Amino acid sequence: MTTDPATTPATANQEVFAETITELARENSDMLVVTSDSRGSGKLVPFGEAFPDQIIEVGIAEQNLVGIAAGLASTGAHVFAVSPAPFLTARSLEQIKNDVCYSDHPVTLVGISAGVSYGALGTTHHSIHDIAALRAINNIRIVVPADAAETRMVVRAAAAAGEPVYLRLGKRPVPALPGTVTEASVFHRARRLCNGSDAALLACGEAVAPALAAAERLAAENIKASVHSVPCIRPIDTNSILDAARNASAVVTVEEHSVHGGLGEACAALLLHHGIHKPFRIIGFPDEVMVNGSQQEIFEHYGLTKDGIVAVTRQLLADS
Amino acid sequence: MNDSALMRKSIACRRRVLEIIHHAGAGHTGGSLSCVDILTVLYNAVLRISPDNPGDPARDRYIQSKGHSVEALYAVLADRGFLPDEELQTLCGYRTRLIGHPTRKVPGIEQNTGALGHGLSFGVGAALGLRRKRCDARVYVLLGDGELAEGSNWEAAMSASHHRLDNITAVIDHNGLQITGAVRDVLGVDPLVERWAAFGWSVCECDGHDIPRLRAALRREPIEPAKPTLVVAHTVKGKGVSFMENEKGWHHRVPKEDELERALAELDRAAAELGEVERT
Ligand SMILES: [Mg+2]
Repeated sequence: MTTDPATTPATANQEVFAETITELARENSDMLVVTSDSRGSGKLVPFGEAFPDQIIEVGIAEQNLVGIAAGLASTGAHVFAVSPAPFLTARSLEQIKNDVCYSDHPVTLVGISAGVSYGALGTTHHSIHDIAALRAINNIRIVVPADAAETRMVVRAAAAAGEPVYLRLGKRPVPALPGTVTEASVFHRARRLCNGSDAALLACGEAVAPALAAAERLAAENIKASVHSVPCIRPIDTNSILDAARNASAVVTVEEHSVHGGLGEACAALLLHHGIHKPFRIIGFPDEVMVNGSQQEIFEHYGLTKDGIVAVTRQLLADS
Repeated sequence: MNDSALMRKSIACRRRVLEIIHHAGAGHTGGSLSCVDILTVLYNAVLRISPDNPGDPARDRYIQSKGHSVEALYAVLADRGFLPDEELQTLCGYRTRLIGHPTRKVPGIEQNTGALGHGLSFGVGAALGLRRKRCDARVYVLLGDGELAEGSNWEAAMSASHHRLDNITAVIDHNGLQITGAVRDVLGVDPLVERWAAFGWSVCECDGHDIPRLRAALRREPIEPAKPTLVVAHTVKGKGVSFMENEKGWHHRVPKEDELERALAELDRAAAELGEVERT
């Protein structure tokens, strides 16, 4: 599908998830949602009212959430287990590893309010480890959609995939990105949002919009940057990442995640393994006690903004 | 299958458990001997399952949350025709299907377990899923008593009664021992029956080595409608081999050649005695 950014209002990805799962539930009674007192945060109250037989509430018990989701999946259901990402991917990590991934049940784990969506609530409510933790676990696709169109596609693709998936969603309204989204383009592939041979900006989730804004701003300085949304972080789209790097003088990655073990390190390893040595920077959260503030303030503090990305890219090109 | 046939199967499975652990040089001897009677009854007199169609959507489900006692499960599955008996010799070998904890690679195994405190949640999910499909299959989950220290069991216990699941039976292999020593010394589980009852389960107790009583306790009906069923099976770790019984050291000790011979001789005597009882 193609969206026109100019006419499409900003929407939160987890709201798009809730809309899409509602469509899916209407089409298929084996499409189930399991929540851990999280239907409000997940925008799933209307879903629960419309499909009371397709939502299972387990209370504030994330380990049980994931174990139950695996058991439900073993009876032929496709299950979306929905819980805030910080709890889902830390407290229930062993259930994800053993009950879903190792045992190979088609559960989609939906981490809502991911990254620093709950910025001001502090580190307990941040998930900046989730991509790193899950990348080291065999048999799970990690998908971080950037906008409504991507989210809609990946939810549908996950429902049909028959494999373990982690879907990482944020709650702030994000603008529609340019370009055409097909299932393959988001569930398997990175997608290029604009061209430019000076720098390649690779980003995921809510960091894509600031990367795109940075590229527009750099263009005004005659620095041409390509921007790529990389929704599928694992397995990563090797060819697109290598192509993007080969066609640019420098590479900058941007993610709402620790600089350890996320999109940036995945790309760095890929480039080194393929002998591509380009000036390279990862923009993310450094290894320190996280600054406190709203999501936007945290983004500004660590440079996950148009200005931050512009500054890093400009400097990287100047130094190389 | 009659009770004496089940008793003979239990003795034969004990033999196989000891032989394969000895052959592999690895395994969980004590816990396998404590739950093998439970498994023999389940697989031969309770569960609606077929080795010809292990993926039948209408099958009953058995989930072994105390995954470390996998040798008992492999022995019973082989006896029941889910895998060839000679494959048991591959236990814990390079690229074997018979890993040291259950996996779905093995026909008849529903879920990969081994990390404790996972099986009951999975079982609750399966029971919910089966009920949604109006399938009358029943779910059985075997727990260890030391395993109950894992808090996830209690999350699962709460959810089973909240959702009024009466198509699930959890069985506690209550042998009173865990790797460090007595459960009551490590982290006590008493009052066990009252705790589960307080969590909304109907509870019964039985001798976990008494075949007729196990058969009755494990029946495919709930004790009470709209409530999950718990069977506290009082067992002896290392049951059937005098020098292994109630010895914490046999948690995962491997019998040496002479120990294996002595153990098998004891089991042969038990089988012979059973034969004499049957003849009289
Ligand atoms: Mg025990």
